[in-house]
Amino acid sequence: MKLKTILATTALAALMASPALAQQISVKAGVLNDRSGLYADLSGEGSVIAARMAVEDFKAANKGIKVEIVSADHQNKPDVGSTIARQWYDQDGVDLILDVPTSSVALAVSQITKEKNKIHINSGAGTSDLTGKACSPNTIHWTYDTYALAQGTGGAMVKAGGDTWFFMTADYAFGHALERDAAAVVQKAGGKVLGTVRTPFPGTDFSSFLLQAQGSKAKVIGLANAGGDLINSVKQASEFGITQGGQKLAGLLTFISDVNALGLQAAQGLVLTESFYWDRDDQTRAWSERFAKLSGGKKPSMVQAGVYSGLLHYLKAVEATKSKDAATVMAKMKEMPTDDPLFGKGSIRINGRKLHDMYLYEVKKPSESKGPWDYYKQIAVLPAEQAFQPLAETGCSLVK
Amino acid sequence: MFELLGVPPQALFGQVLLGLINGSFYAILSLGLAVIFGLLNIINFSHGAQYMMGAFVAWMCLNYLGINYWAALLLAPIIVGATGIAIERLLLKRIAHLDHLYGLLLTFGLALIIQGVFRNYYGSSGLPYAIPPQLAGGQNLGFMFMPNYRGWVIVASLIVCLGTWFLIEKTKLGAYLRAATENPTLTQAFGINVPLLVTLTYGFGVALAAFAGVLAAPIYSVNPNMGGDLIIVVFAVVVIGGMGSIMGAIVTGFSLGLIEGLTKVFYPEAAATVIFIIMVLVLLVKPAGLFGRAH
Repeated sequence: MKLKTILATTALAALMASPALAQQISVKAGVLNDRSGLYADLSGEGSVIAARMAVEDFKAANKGIKVEIVSADHQNKPDVGSTIARQWYDQDGVDLILDVPTSSVALAVSQITKEKNKIHINSGAGTSDLTGKACSPNTIHWTYDTYALAQGTGGAMVKAGGDTWFFMTADYAFGHALERDAAAVVQKAGGKVLGTVRTPFPGTDFSSFLLQAQGSKAKVIGLANAGGDLINSVKQASEFGITQGGQKLAGLLTFISDVNALGLQAAQGLVLTESFYWDRDDQTRAWSERFAKLSGGKKPSMVQAGVYSGLLHYLKAVEATKSKDAATVMAKMKEMPTDDPLFGKGSIRINGRKLHDMYLYEVKKPSESKGPWDYYKQIAVLPAEQAFQPLAETGCSLVK
Repeated sequence: MFELLGVPPQALFGQVLLGLINGSFYAILSLGLAVIFGLLNIINFSHGAQYMMGAFVAWMCLNYLGINYWAALLLAPIIVGATGIAIERLLLKRIAHLDHLYGLLLTFGLALIIQGVFRNYYGSSGLPYAIPPQLAGGQNLGFMFMPNYRGWVIVASLIVCLGTWFLIEKTKLGAYLRAATENPTLTQAFGINVPLLVTLTYGFGVALAAFAGVLAAPIYSVNPNMGGDLIIVVFAVVVIGGMGSIMGAIVTGFSLGLIEGLTKVFYPEAAATVIFIIMVLVLLVKPAGLFGRAH
C-alpha cells in the first residue's frame, strides 16, 4: 500500500516536471490500400511495414511525437475507399492517409481529404490528374504518375530507335490515359503509332492481340496495362517468340513484383520506368534488406518505398512546425526540400507533385542475374525536371 | 490476295487456331462441371479454385520436390482429385438431398476460402512456371508462329475430352454412371455402390479441373485468382451446351473459344462479352441449352 502510494506520487511528479511530455503531439496515420486483390503484393502489408520503418527511423518517440499506424483494405473500389476515409477522419482521428493505389480510389480519397482538411500522401496511384485537373491543396502525389512513366519509357525507346509503336491498351480509364500520354511522347519525339488494340479488362489470353501487334511490324509494342494483364501479355509475347523476332516490349507500368511473378525467362529485355529500385546504391540496399526481413524475403516495390519516404517527410514537417494542422504542415512540406535514403534529394511542387529522378531499367537475362530479386540493369536516369509534367501544362488550379 | 472483312486470311487462320486453343481449356473445364452436375446435381462453384490448385500443385511439385511438368500432369490431378473426394465425403454428401442451391453456396464458399489461403501464402501477383524444355520454341506455319506448347494443349485436351466421353458413353462403368443419374435407388437395388460412384465421379471432375490447371500453368502465370476469372465464362459455356451434357460441354467449349477468338479480330472490345450474348440468345431459343434435355 505504502509502496504503491510512493510510486504513484513519484510518477505524478515526474509527469508534471517533464515539459516534453506535456507538449507531445500524437499523430495517427492510416495506410489505405489493396490488401487482398491484384495490387496486394506491390502495396498491401508491405506499405504498412514501410510506414512502421519510417516511424522507427525518424525516432519519433524521442522527439515527442507519438505515431500510431492503422490500415485497411479498399478492395480497389472507390465506394469502399471513400467510406473508410470518412470513418477514419470523422470518428477515428486519423490525420493523414498514405498509399491508396488504384486511380479511381485515389481521386475519391483526395476529394474527401480536402473536405475534411486533412492530408493525403499518395504513393500507389498512377493518374497524373491527382496533381493536374483534380489537384488539391491537401494532396501530395509521391512516387510516380502516368506522365512520368510515358516520358520515361516512351521517350527512351524512341531515342533508342523504336520509332514505330503498336499499343495494347487495357480498355478502361487508366489504360486510355496511359496510352494517350505515351502516344503523345512518341509522336513528339518523331515516332509513329501504327495501331492500337483495346483489350477487355481484366483479361487472361492476349495471344490474339499479340499476333495483331506482331502483324503490324511495329518496332515497339507498348503495353498500356498493369498487374495481371501485363504479366500475361509479357509471358505470352515470349511464348510467341515476339521479342526473339526483334520487336521490343515496353511495359509502361511495371512493378518489380510483376517481374518477380513473370520470372526472368519471360521478362528479359522488357524496358520499364521506376522511381525506386532496391539495388541502386548502398543506402537503398541496406533499407531493402531490413524491409525484406520483415516481409518474408520480398524486396520493396517503389510504392512501398514511397510510403516510407512520404511519411518520413511528413514527420519532419510536424517536428519543425510543432503542429499537425493540415495547412501548416503542408506549407512546411512544400517549403522544405525532401531528402531520404530511398529517393535522395527532391522537392514538392505547389500542385502537390513530388519531384525526384526517375530511372529507366531493362530486365536482365537469366544469365546476367546473380540471384533472387536481381532483376534490373539501369539504362538511363531521367532528371526530375524532365520526368514530370511542367507546372504550366498541368491545369491545376493551385498554379497561378 | 483476298481479304475477309478487311482481315488478311493469314491473320484469320492464326486467330482460328488460337480460338481453338482457348476452347480446349473451356472444353476440359466445362466437361468436369458437366460430369459433376450430371451425377451429383451439384453446381460445382469451386471448379475454378480447383483448376487454380492444379496449377499450384504443379508449381509446388517443381519448386519444392523437383518433380517436372510431365509427372505433375499426372500427379496434380490425382492430388487435387483426392482433396475433391475428401470434400465430397465430408461436406457435399451431407447436403446431397437438399436443393442444389445449397451445393452452389457451399462450393462457392469453399472457392473463396481456397483462394484466400493461396493468396495469403503466395501473394496476388502470381508465380512463374516455365514451359517444359521439350515443348519450348515453335513452328512457323506460314500464317503464324505456333508455339509447340499450344499445339500440345490442343492435343492433350482433345485426348482427355474424347477419353472421358468414351468412358461415360461407351463403357460398362459409364453405363452404371448413367443409370445412377437416371434412377439412383433402382441402380443401388441392382447391387451397384452408388455413393462410391458419386464420390469417385466428383473426384474425377475435380481432377479434370486440376489437369486443365497444369496445362494452363506455363501459359498464364500461376495465380490465386486465375480460376475466379475463368469460372464465369466456363459456366456460360456449360449453360449454352446444356447442363450435364457431356457432348454439349466439349462441342460448345471448342466452338465458343473459336467465336471468342474471331471476335478479338473483328471487334476486340466485345471479346469478353460475346459468350454471354450467345448465352442469352441460346437461352431464349432453347432454355435447356443446345445439347441439354428439358427436365
